[in-house]
Amino acid sequence: MLIFEQSRTNRVNHAQQVEQFDTANAIPEQFRRKSRPLLPEVSEMQAVRHYTRLSQKNFSIDTHFYPLGSCTMKYNPRACNSLAMLPGFLQRHPLSPDSLSQGFLSCMFELQEMLRDVTGMKGVSLAPMAGAQGEFAGVAMIRAYHDARNDFERCEILVPDAAHGTNPATATMCNYKVKEIPTDKNGDVDVEELKKAVGPKTAGIMLTNPSTLGVFERRIKEIARIVHDAGGLLYYDGANLNAILGKVKPGDMGFDVIHMNLHKTFSTPHGGGGPGAGPVGVSERLLPFMPIPVVAKEGDAYRMLWEKDLPQSMGRMASFAGNAGILLRAYVYARLLGSEGMERVAEYATLNANYMLAKLAQAGFDPAYPKRRATHEFIITLKKQAKELEVNTMDFAKRLLDYGVHAPTTYFPLLVPECLLIEPTETESKETLDYFIDTMCKIKQEAESSPDLVRQAPHTMPVRRLDDVKAARELDLTWKG
Amino acid sequence: MSNIPAELRYTKSHEWVRKNDDGTLTIGISDHAQELLGDLVFVDPPEVGTTFGEGDDCAVVESVKAASDVYCPIAGEVTAINEDLADAPETINADPYGDGWIFTIKPEDDDAFMELMDADAYGEMVAEEDH
Repeated sequence: MLIFEQSRTNRVNHAQQVEQFDTANAIPEQFRRKSRPLLPEVSEMQAVRHYTRLSQKNFSIDTHFYPLGSCTMKYNPRACNSLAMLPGFLQRHPLSPDSLSQGFLSCMFELQEMLRDVTGMKGVSLAPMAGAQGEFAGVAMIRAYHDARNDFERCEILVPDAAHGTNPATATMCNYKVKEIPTDKNGDVDVEELKKAVGPKTAGIMLTNPSTLGVFERRIKEIARIVHDAGGLLYYDGANLNAILGKVKPGDMGFDVIHMNLHKTFSTPHGGGGPGAGPVGVSERLLPFMPIPVVAKEGDAYRMLWEKDLPQSMGRMASFAGNAGILLRAYVYARLLGSEGMERVAEYATLNANYMLAKLAQAGFDPAYPKRRATHEFIITLKKQAKELEVNTMDFAKRLLDYGVHAPTTYFPLLVPECLLIEPTETESKETLDYFIDTMCKIKQEAESSPDLVRQAPHTMPVRRLDDVKAARELDLTWKG
Repeated sequence: MSNIPAELRYTKSHEWVRKNDDGTLTIGISDHAQELLGDLVFVDPPEVGTTFGEGDDCAVVESVKAASDVYCPIAGEVTAINEDLADAPETINADPYGDGWIFTIKPEDDDAFMELMDADAYGEMVAEEDH
């Protein structure tokens, strides 16, 4: 039931009501509304029950195994929350001068340093307020770099066909033309096609490594050389940084700019799609173009650098210095792990993924790239099941819900038909991984013996199969009374 | 097996092309392509009068699973678009080679049509992909 449907005229929750309405009278008569606003009118008790019930319907990482993994959100350690909510942090006003924000600025400075070191870059800016903003800042820096050299001919960004959809979107936002590079049959970028595509028009290439196909880009050094020789720069999409954290550095692979999704690799909360943080790291040549502010240490004091200090900066991403609360949580997470702990993140994330891949392959599921070792995630294709049993990937995904497991990513990447992209992350126990594997086997048996049971799943959720086609075609988000 | 009419020509990126009596070409996406995409929910056609080169992305089809570019199979100028698709994108699912056409072009080169894949070649490519 929607909260609007519980509404009764003039039923008011006084506890939260403002005491004075005088200010409303200051609005000139012609601008005041004539009709009542269509807002739900419920009691405090009704509001509490409504939202508690909604939260109980949630399928979340705090209640269920969530093999969407770092792609969506990792487990958020509680210590990060409680430390980021110390009164000194919570009560700091964003307009406080640097001299009164030294504690906060020291955390931001150290976070910059830690992110810089673990990625092997030369500088980090924490300013972008989400992964997508980080991507935008990154490609805007590539443009600023070429412009500063009076190199205006470069109008193309190369993007592999396995890339995240945000990559071509970002390139387009920065007024570049996108040129797609195909993938070979083992999941690597097709280097021969890359050689044909690069040239004097190439501004750069955007790569995710490990790629969205769950495999490591083996010829990355060669790719870096080809693109650099042509005068282009390399952009690292940090979406899959979890797999290599502390083990391999994008800076060492030859990348010039990287964005990091802190909600992915650094475990910050990401409820309802935000708030995010998408710091960017840069190589030597992009240092002058970083988004502002950047925190600098001068003697024992910390100071934010703005336009005056970085006149070539690609600019500001927001009014203040990024999502401070989220950055603090990432800072605590990084400090809790230390550099050794960060390596363990990558080790256990990849070990867990490879264990599941091996077990599922043994059980008769088809890996999309059988010759490749998994990174922190892997893809199985249910093409065979879809063809022989007419039970498809979406049916498997929905049936998993009945067994108390959130569905992994379905039908992405687009290159692999009927695929499940599975990412357990480093925090899950072996028992949980085994439960997932056993459940997949059970669903496979059900698909053989009673396929309708799987096709009609879920059976135990608050709602059954949703009509996503109707939802997309007849989008209706407004309560009309 | 998907439907591949013999009188049409095809591209690697799964567009089909029909040669009309007046010399224009009608373009849509193949039965195989609509099957892969699933239920379509949105079509963004090109603008009439725009000129595209061969292989340029000129339209977008979006399903519940994915948004996909449609590439112009042959260089030319757009002469008409299927306006009915705005309200009924599902027509492409139901009738990809008929009412589900997307746009027509006036080709720069009349012979380019014959250089596209014929139905047999396209059928082989789809079978190979499916393997």
